[in-house]
Amino acid sequence: MIQLSYFAAAMLFILGLKRMSSPVTARGGIVWAGAGMLVATIATFFWPGMHNYGLMIIAIAIGGGAAWYTGKKVAMTDMPQMIAIYNGMGGGAAAAIAAVELLKGDFHSQSFLVLAVIGALIGSVAFSGSMVAFAKLQGLMKKSFIFPGQQKMNLIVFAAAIVYGVLLMTSDTTGGFALFIFFALALAFGIMMTLPIGGADMPVVISLYNALTGLAVAFEGFVLGNAAMIIAGTVVGSAGTLLTQLMAKAMNRPISNVLFSGFGASGGEAAAETGGTMKEVDASDAAVMMAFASKVIVVPGYGMAVAQAQHKIWEFCKLLEDKGVTVKFAIHPVAGRMPGHMNVLLAEAGVPYDKIYDLEEINGEFPQADVALIIGANDVVNPVARTDPNSPIYGMPILDADKAKNVIVVKRGRGTGFSGIENALFFLDNTRMLYGDGQEVANKLIQEVKQL
Amino acid sequence: MIEGFTALDIFMLAAFTGYEVIARVPVILHTPLMSGSNFVHGIVLVGAMVAMGSADTDMERFIGFLGVMLAAGNAVGGYVVTERMLEMFKSSKGAGK
Repeated sequence: MIQLSYFAAAMLFILGLKRMSSPVTARGGIVWAGAGMLVATIATFFWPGMHNYGLMIIAIAIGGGAAWYTGKKVAMTDMPQMIAIYNGMGGGAAAAIAAVELLKGDFHSQSFLVLAVIGALIGSVAFSGSMVAFAKLQGLMKKSFIFPGQQKMNLIVFAAAIVYGVLLMTSDTTGGFALFIFFALALAFGIMMTLPIGGADMPVVISLYNALTGLAVAFEGFVLGNAAMIIAGTVVGSAGTLLTQLMAKAMNRPISNVLFSGFGASGGEAAAETGGTMKEVDASDAAVMMAFASKVIVVPGYGMAVAQAQHKIWEFCKLLEDKGVTVKFAIHPVAGRMPGHMNVLLAEAGVPYDKIYDLEEINGEFPQADVALIIGANDVVNPVARTDPNSPIYGMPILDADKAKNVIVVKRGRGTGFSGIENALFFLDNTRMLYGDGQEVANKLIQEVKQL
Repeated sequence: MIEGFTALDIFMLAAFTGYEVIARVPVILHTPLMSGSNFVHGIVLVGAMVAMGSADTDMERFIGFLGVMLAAGNAVGGYVVTERMLEMFKSSKGAGK
């Protein structure tokens, strides 16, 4: 009966994920997967020979309750870090399973022991790494920690973790002090591996940890002889790996590069090379410029989302359209904090799909555009990615907003983007800066256009 | 117990399934899908419950408790967040077109 419910759960997960890969059926997909989870969880209460039920229910109530509360409350813009933290919890849970099994130490065969240790290592790394990713995206941890010899240091910690892992696999008793050291090393490696990675690369890293957690879950599934865990974990492991590749490709950065290059390390040097000054413009001039344009391309970024300006911007764009202006939205693959994040936010504001264009579709149109309106985007329109081989973002595909006849940049202040790189676009002759909170600026633009 | 080549077979088939399911997904769904797959590995809750259910010493019980708590967070949080994201998608799609 329990096995049957696990089988049903595994099937529901796969069907659910399948449905999630199309916008029309996506909503149903998560409900299916949720039903699978519920069935499997309830069935597990009837697993033979279980005790500690009271504590177990308390643990579920605490963990589930806290996650429910935070999940309901979190703003759409903070989604990526929430995914990171929930994912880290899964990794931690997989590591905890391994710890309990290793403490008990009665393995049916050597291969299970090996799998338990590998799963523990991966799970621990995903756990501590995800927590660092969360801290960084949440702004609790601003800087990237980079010091000379860091990679060697990481390698040493990783090697030490493996040595202790092998020690656990070969010794007679798997509990005790070696187990403690092993977990400490694995957790430390997760932290150290994530610390030097810059914020812009975080989505790729979160996706990678998502895949790793899946793998850890699958390994612990083998140890426990639990088919649902094996299948669900492996499916997530491979799907997550593919997603990670897709994201890395969108940023034109090989995954190894993301993990080992220490993004943003050379940002300071690149800044000195950008000449010229930033030129300001006020809202009324900007509104006139766009109202009498024939084509405006809007490039939204994370800044727009933070200011919750997407509704106002869309309202403004509708006014422009009434005046006969063609308005298009250009979305960079990594706009927002994750691929597709910006699409979600624009969808929330009610922007129709046929006005939203991908990088490849829209880039050829910038030279014909009268105005490129950039709202809260920064690194994804930085032309140094095309021109300056020394820049850390060199080679990343960008939106060619600088090729538009005029560029208006709506920005809160003069600071650099998330990656900490100075943006050469802001200093161009055809660029005007419109300082202010995204929502306020959008409001002003709406009023100005209405008065015309 | 699932052992040896049976285990390997399951592993391989599941891996291909995961790859195929995601392979043709449009960019706009990457974020919800990542969140969704994050929810799916919340199944670790089942394993954490089994591990905790067989814990005998205080140490095992404590770690098991942590495991179940974290796993429940993964499962519930993953669901809530994904559901919220996808719900928005559907309604806006209806309004937009």
